Amino acid sequence: MPFLVEALISLLLIAGGVFVFIGSLGMAHLRDFYMRLHGPTKATTLGIGCMLIASMGYFWSVDGKPDIQELLITLFLFITAPVSAHLLAKTGLHMQLKHSQKTQGKPVELRPEEVGEKPVPHPDKGHG
Amino acid sequence: MLSIALYITLALVVMALLMNLYRLTVGPDLPDRVLALDTMYVNSIALIVLLGLWLNSKTYFESALLIAMLGFISTVAVCKYILRGDIIE
Repeated sequence: MPFLVEALISLLLIAGGVFVFIGSLGMAHLRDFYMRLHGPTKATTLGIGCMLIASMGYFWSVDGKPDIQELLITLFLFITAPVSAHLLAKTGLHMQLKHSQKTQGKPVELRPEEVGEKPVPHPDKGHG
Repeated sequence: MLSIALYITLALVVMALLMNLYRLTVGPDLPDRVLALDTMYVNSIALIVLLGLWLNSKTYFESALLIAMLGFISTVAVCKYILRGDIIE
């Protein structure tokens, strides 16, 4: 394997590991659920993308022909991560989790005059 | 050089998994635990990819694809259940 290719693959691997680590560190360390949602949904997705690209490069340089499988996993993760993050944020708003003072923005589900005693559906769309 | 990078990345991913486990056990509310499980399956895909690099084999990518699909579907199902009280209406 040429030195440059090996260096590039090593760099991508370590970058992926660092991004995955930062994502989980954010999830373990930040203060409320809405902040914690940021770490795994962005940093971890980028990290796993880096690692899969590194793996694709490695097998490309070993076998001599590219393989689409890793790209497929990367594409699938990049499509599904925002969807699950959106659903998790909706779940947090539905359960009216506590948020710290530094979390900015007041969505309509959290305003007291809108919410009342029980969670009410969004005016246009509902919670589904 | 590649083996050293592999060692470092494995250590980082395992530490990330341990932090996910911490949030899964401590997490004050249900969505925190769902988020921890969601991150855990992504990190386990990373571990499988690193295992494939370690053993120099491409056999394991199908399992990574399966874990990605099942993890996404289970996250969506749990969120839907919390939101609506039912999964398929």
